[in-house]
Amino acid sequence: MKRSVRKRVNLVSIEIALIVITFVIFLPILLGITMSIQPPESVFAFPPKLFPTGFHWRNYTEAFRKFPFEYFLMNSLIIGLATTLGKIVTGILAGYAFANFRFFGKSFSFAFLFATLFLPAETIMIVPLFAIMKQFGWVNTYWALTIPFMASATNTFLFRQHFRSMPKELEDAAKIDGAGYMTYFFRILIPLSKAIIGGSAIINFVYAWNMYLWPLIVSMEDKMKTVQIGVKMMIDAEASNNWGIIMAGTMIALFPTLLVFFCLQSVFVKSLVRSGVKG
Amino acid sequence: MFKRKLFHNAYGKTLPYLLLIPTFAVIILFIYWPAVSSFRMSLYKVSPFGNKTIYTGLSNFENLFKNPDYEKSAWFTLFYVSFTVIATIFLSFILALLLNQKVPGSRFYRTLIFSPYAVSPAISGTLWSFLLNPVVGHVNYFFMKAFNVQVLWLTTKPYALYALLFSSIWKALPFSIIFYIAALQNVSDELLESATIEGAGTLRKIWKIQFPLVSPITFYLVIMNIISSMFQSFAIIDVMTKGGPGGYTTTMMYRLFLDAFAYQKTGPASAQSVVMFLLMAGVTIVYFLFGERKVHYA
Repeated sequence: MKRSVRKRVNLVSIEIALIVITFVIFLPILLGITMSIQPPESVFAFPPKLFPTGFHWRNYTEAFRKFPFEYFLMNSLIIGLATTLGKIVTGILAGYAFANFRFFGKSFSFAFLFATLFLPAETIMIVPLFAIMKQFGWVNTYWALTIPFMASATNTFLFRQHFRSMPKELEDAAKIDGAGYMTYFFRILIPLSKAIIGGSAIINFVYAWNMYLWPLIVSMEDKMKTVQIGVKMMIDAEASNNWGIIMAGTMIALFPTLLVFFCLQSVFVKSLVRSGVKG
Repeated sequence: MFKRKLFHNAYGKTLPYLLLIPTFAVIILFIYWPAVSSFRMSLYKVSPFGNKTIYTGLSNFENLFKNPDYEKSAWFTLFYVSFTVIATIFLSFILALLLNQKVPGSRFYRTLIFSPYAVSPAISGTLWSFLLNPVVGHVNYFFMKAFNVQVLWLTTKPYALYALLFSSIWKALPFSIIFYIAALQNVSDELLESATIEGAGTLRKIWKIQFPLVSPITFYLVIMNIISSMFQSFAIIDVMTKGGPGGYTTTMMYRLFLDAFAYQKTGPASAQSVVMFLLMAGVTIVYFLFGERKVHYA
């Protein structure tokens, strides 16, 4: 009797703690939304507001009017889709090679790929990769923003792991029925990998959408910039006068990833734990 | 028939190489080639007009280690990384324990608590710059009401460090919480129940059973958080403080960026890249020396 009362009290205090913590952690996003839909005259309201008093689009339309957000969004979308597609295609192909074939130099090439995980990507970008882009004449182009990110060790390992988990009998049966390597690959392996392709697509897209350092270095004109860099431009231009418009830009940049995250959270979390990538 | 088999064999032998070409083309061209060239470039000096490169041996490194600014940014990096990692690990473990309880609405709490994962470092920096803003920010308002002080978070020492920490830890928490929850779910209920019957209190159970059992994950998370706060924190710093005030929040990564782009010093910047490579190699070696053993009962 006494025990169950204590357990109840425990549960209630955990519940209260969770409510408070959830509120505190979500608060920065909530306050950003509130600020973004304030009318400009109450941006400097004191005390600052916790919840919106109305709904005003003004900051959003102003964001689009003052900054080329249509380009920022388009660029982020192009980069996100292209690198996601590239990483998945190259990852599936290489994963298939590592999982289903025996060939000379396999363990060496595997180690060679694995070692890239321990090279700091951001450091490589700053001096040498930028120099290579200059040599290629790729600075300020979509090539520079997409091609270097079209393959990754993590995607290869993810698909290799998945293909290895398929029963061997499946491959044998397909071979007896006369299917070649690529028929087996396209007709059987790929259709059985839809869930994992979806999961890695989400993670790769969010990663590309959230990239900052590389687009900052490699895009020169405003029309080549991404939403992340657009938000930084807004801070530099507007921080002293209008935080409403900055928060509107922030929400434009944040909304797509947040939406994907809320809708597909279980897929997201599962693939994250499986692949162990840091985003 | 025989011919076909021969073809099949040759095809089967070359196919894996064909499959690997796209991935290896990208990683060789855009990861290995630049990595090697930064080692080479660190030994050269570029003339002021950029038209000549002169071999200078290790003098870029000598100048780097003599430079008091570089030493300062190394210390700042050490502080920033250790604070971020320790706080992230500690808080995320506690939050994972709470979220692992079966209470009504825990799915809803998880969804909202995980949401900073979808937020980019740049956006995290922007949100916190707003909250900490001395005029419109809510945190600032709270400090005014509670302690009657107005703090210039982003532009004064040591508050700029705290500002970066808020933003970095907030952004880093979900990743670690997600992994801790997955790990805690593997701790068997029977073990915890029998400990309860033996009379162990909650704290004792956490400290003596759950924490040791998830130690491999803790180790993995420490490594991942070190890497991300060393390298990926760039965006947060660039948005919030730009390395200021007066170079106070300039990490090694941010100094590398400044030297390469603001000051166009290619040689010194390459030497700094090499230092970063070595640091990363150090972290990697530690990971493989200790991580693979997976000691549970630490």
